[in-house]
Amino acid sequence: MSEQHSTNESPADDAPSHREVVIIGSGPAGLTAAIYTARADLAPLVIEGEPSSTSDQPGGQLMLTTEVENFPGFSEGIMGPQLMTEMRAQAARFGAEIVTAKVSRVELAERPFCIWIGDPEAAKPTHTADAVIVSTGARSVMLGLEAEQRLIGHGLSTCATCDGFFFRDQEIAVVGGGDSALEEAGFLTKFASKVTLIHRRDELRASKIMQQRAFDNSRIEFAWNSVVDDVLGETKVEGLSLRDTRTNETRILPVTGVFIAIGHRPNTDLFTGVLDMDEAGYLVTGADRSTTNVDGVFACGDVQDHTYRQAVTAAASGCMAAIDAERWLESRTD
Amino acid sequence: MAGAISNLSENTFDEEISAATEPVLVDFWAEWCGPCKMIAPILEEIAIEQSDSVQVAKVNVDEAPELARRFEVMSIPTLILFTDGQPTARIVGAKGKPQLLEELASHL
Repeated sequence: MSEQHSTNESPADDAPSHREVVIIGSGPAGLTAAIYTARADLAPLVIEGEPSSTSDQPGGQLMLTTEVENFPGFSEGIMGPQLMTEMRAQAARFGAEIVTAKVSRVELAERPFCIWIGDPEAAKPTHTADAVIVSTGARSVMLGLEAEQRLIGHGLSTCATCDGFFFRDQEIAVVGGGDSALEEAGFLTKFASKVTLIHRRDELRASKIMQQRAFDNSRIEFAWNSVVDDVLGETKVEGLSLRDTRTNETRILPVTGVFIAIGHRPNTDLFTGVLDMDEAGYLVTGADRSTTNVDGVFACGDVQDHTYRQAVTAAASGCMAAIDAERWLESRTD
Repeated sequence: MAGAISNLSENTFDEEISAATEPVLVDFWAEWCGPCKMIAPILEEIAIEQSDSVQVAKVNVDEAPELARRFEVMSIPTLILFTDGQPTARIVGAKGKPQLLEELASHL
């Protein structure tokens, strides 16, 4: 989806390129921040990340979804990847530069801030910046079972839109109870003969409309109060070992595929010990602001939001970060 | 043509893979797969930059479901490296260019 792949930069030979604003991450928050800062003539650089099959990738979580029905302005809905392609093009139209690469290290103790792409041990950073907007988002959480590494790509998947096709007329399972789990389950019934939704509690946390759709879908069954103890199969998924959370009884659910949608974890490893985080690792921002504990570093989107986590709230907070950064750049005296 | 990416069908697959003089990296993909589209430009770059050591080819799993079944592809993108006509390495899931090159280098 991108024109540029700056992956072989050798910062050791080159002086770092300096920017007024560097945006790390390219979901709705990062790209909205890019649109606003580009229109404010700040020539932002967006370091968009690298392709992956989890939600940690350019364009963010929406790249793995299908129809987005609740983003205002699209009365008939819009496909997630299409929405992100449009946002990216909109940012580029106003002069944002976008590089397909992952940040490997940041130094935020002094200004200008230093940002490395590639070798984190390189003597010189790849970029320096007066202000940094962090919009690194969140990625899907895995179950944490040993079997996952063995069976990923062999019936175990984190991307229903990528892999649903391979389970035509088969019985499969989705683990989770939120909107993304129900969206995946509904999408997968286009292919699978039966989808069992495995949820640890006896009620879903998903929105009412998504719940109703799932209850009305005759191909979706529910395994309530159940957790996955193990994924069975040596070379491909053959079943799940489920444990009842109330009785501790275990049972085998024979399935050929399992899709994991149990939630997200913020992508904040880069900022450990530097930016203030809550217990779950989300960045802490000022009340009704995008400011962090480091002057000149702003955070927006899911990396600092475990409450709303919507495309539209991420975009809105990206706008806030852009305006906060612009005002801070204007007001600073150093 | 050096660096060109061919589209393999169920009819041409065996012939093209066995006739290849270099290892062939086959990308199993589909139009509706976001991560597949993300790695497409990277594969185009690799096809050109590594044209001395590897060929790149594509299999559209919508058009060639039998090939996907035969090689037990259950997740896309899946990249399978064929050396002397045999599958010798498999990379499942989209990855960035440095990581792809690193995984590829150990098999070339």
